[in-house]
Amino acid sequence: MSAINSAHSVVEPSPTAKRIAGAIVILYALITMVPLAWIFLTSIKSPPDSISYPPKVLFSPTVEGYCNLFTTRTRQTPDYIAALPAPTSTCDEVTRKRNMVIAGPSNFLPRFVNSLVIAFGSTFLAVFLGTLAAYGFSRFKVPLADDLLFFILSTRMMPPIAVAIPIFLMYRELGLSDTALGMILLYTAVNVSLAVWLLKGFIDEIPREYEEAAMIDGYTRLQAFWKVVLPQATTGIAATAIFCLIFAWNEYAFAALLTSGSAQTAPPFIPTIIGEGGQDWPAVAAGTTIFLVPILVFTILLRKQLLRGITFGAVRK
Amino acid sequence: MAEIRIENLRKQFADFTAVQDSSFTVGDGEFLALLGPSGCGKTTTLRMIAGLELPTSGKIYLDGEDVTFNRASARDIAFVFQLFALYPHMNVRKNIGFPLLSQGLPKAEIKARVEETAKLLQISHILEKSVSGLAGGDRQRVALGRAIVRRPKCFLMDEPLGTLDAEFREVMVHELRELHNRIHATTVYVTHDQHEAMAMADKIAVMNHGIIEQFGTPQEIYNLPASMYVADFIGSPPMNFLKFTAGVQKGSRSVSVEGIDIALPEVHQDLAVGELALGVRPEHIRFNDSSALRGSVYGAEYLGTNQIVAVETGKGLLKARVPADHTFRIGETVGLELDSAKLSLFDCASGRAVKSSLYTEARHG
Repeated sequence: MSAINSAHSVVEPSPTAKRIAGAIVILYALITMVPLAWIFLTSIKSPPDSISYPPKVLFSPTVEGYCNLFTTRTRQTPDYIAALPAPTSTCDEVTRKRNMVIAGPSNFLPRFVNSLVIAFGSTFLAVFLGTLAAYGFSRFKVPLADDLLFFILSTRMMPPIAVAIPIFLMYRELGLSDTALGMILLYTAVNVSLAVWLLKGFIDEIPREYEEAAMIDGYTRLQAFWKVVLPQATTGIAATAIFCLIFAWNEYAFAALLTSGSAQTAPPFIPTIIGEGGQDWPAVAAGTTIFLVPILVFTILLRKQLLRGITFGAVRK
Repeated sequence: MAEIRIENLRKQFADFTAVQDSSFTVGDGEFLALLGPSGCGKTTTLRMIAGLELPTSGKIYLDGEDVTFNRASARDIAFVFQLFALYPHMNVRKNIGFPLLSQGLPKAEIKARVEETAKLLQISHILEKSVSGLAGGDRQRVALGRAIVRRPKCFLMDEPLGTLDAEFREVMVHELRELHNRIHATTVYVTHDQHEAMAMADKIAVMNHGIIEQFGTPQEIYNLPASMYVADFIGSPPMNFLKFTAGVQKGSRSVSVEGIDIALPEVHQDLAVGELALGVRPEHIRFNDSSALRGSVYGAEYLGTNQIVAVETGKGLLKARVPADHTFRIGETVGLELDSAKLSLFDCASGRAVKSSLYTEARHG
């Protein structure tokens, strides 16, 4: 037994192979990170630096892009600016150098909050409904289960935007246009099919014996589901949640079509910055950089669940 | 502790009948083994007693109370699964305490009872460990701990030793029986391993194709098999069958197999001419050169204390368990003498044992 374990088995790659694989992964990561790095660098450039050609790699960083993202500004005469009291913040200072003063906060923050509410709200709903449906399909004899599952999958067989016009008309009738609730329902509807299918796979892998043991130990099925199945499905739930969140967070077409004011999300908002007084690439880049943060944080938080083989070794197969 | 009574239990899955009209009673404190090959309905029977499957028809009584349609959680029974089903996200202590938690017992009492159980099973030292790192035997003990901690009415075990290696299985067979002797819990134990069933059970139900072929003590099952199936399933090597065509009359004390008269216990039933089989256990065959039943040695299997000698008789291969001191040559012609008092006779058409004094006397004496 120990001899088998200590020797190199067929499945264990050699150190050289591991190093080559590692190098490929790092190279790939670097390539995919170039655009992200460029976005971040642009966000800390001044507007002239951001459009200079050839592109500047060395430049003096500034928070101007971030200031422009969060504020609206008005142009003033140098005399007017000189007469103002001393600037109270870095943003004041940066803005005045361009002969402008801060007029008030921009719409970025409320749009960003909309994105958070809609994306996390729809992710929670999709995963919640998906988990229950997947458990039902996995454990009970559902009449026409295969047909129902195919129907659920078929909702993803066309691009969602194909139904944009009916949804647009329907939402207008129902008063769901430009509401957070409308967007949450829409993204949930799109994501729930993915959630059901992904989670069914994960729940199928959890042996029924666990629930049966819990039910014999005196728990109801719901309690068994809650105390025994869910803790073991965390890996699948985390993975599903990330997929759903990324879709809802990045969705542009429906957001652009159905939201324009109070419920507008960040993706359709960020490009509008570009039209305000010239091409303010640093502000756009700053918006994009901030926009990336929640997904990054969420993924890092759930990394452990994603990587952990939670049922490892507990059931002999 | 309680008595389990099963009446005409039947389970149908679409067009497959898993269990057909089974009836039996497990007395208070008794250890019953449901024995049979895979797919014979033994696990389905167990799951119906547990409440994990609902029977198509029939009744299940626990301590006289009809629990046929009660929830599993309301039956007050414990179940040890083949794969143990220890909750991987809990440590050993929490696993054992889980059934108590559902009863809403105070923490101090749960702690005390978990520790008492752990002591009984000698696993106190691993209480804080994660279950995923445990060795097979310790997992087995934790699964048992989770079953006994609640002091349920009865224990149901589904091949709990099935995946342990052979050496360790023997240790666990001993431990399980010892545990049963100590706590006297009514137990139903499912296994496909006759040795486990013989070693542990007070009663054995041999199942095949959803039917209980025979229900009795290990001695009855072994010495007085009710059918050819049971005779063939139990014993290693199993019972030998000498097939021949004849009829028997009530009161006859011998049969003629190919012109050789063989004495046997008095037959208590008439049978028209048909194919019959004479059943003889390997240990009930002696070598005797003056015997009319002759054959040539086909092979010998040395087992230390004795040996199994296979003899080709022309009526099929007969395996005899004989002392190890004599060496046989392959091809050597030998005479075989069967122990007349221990012979069974079977009707090949139905597979059932022909009634004889062997059965009635053993039952009444």
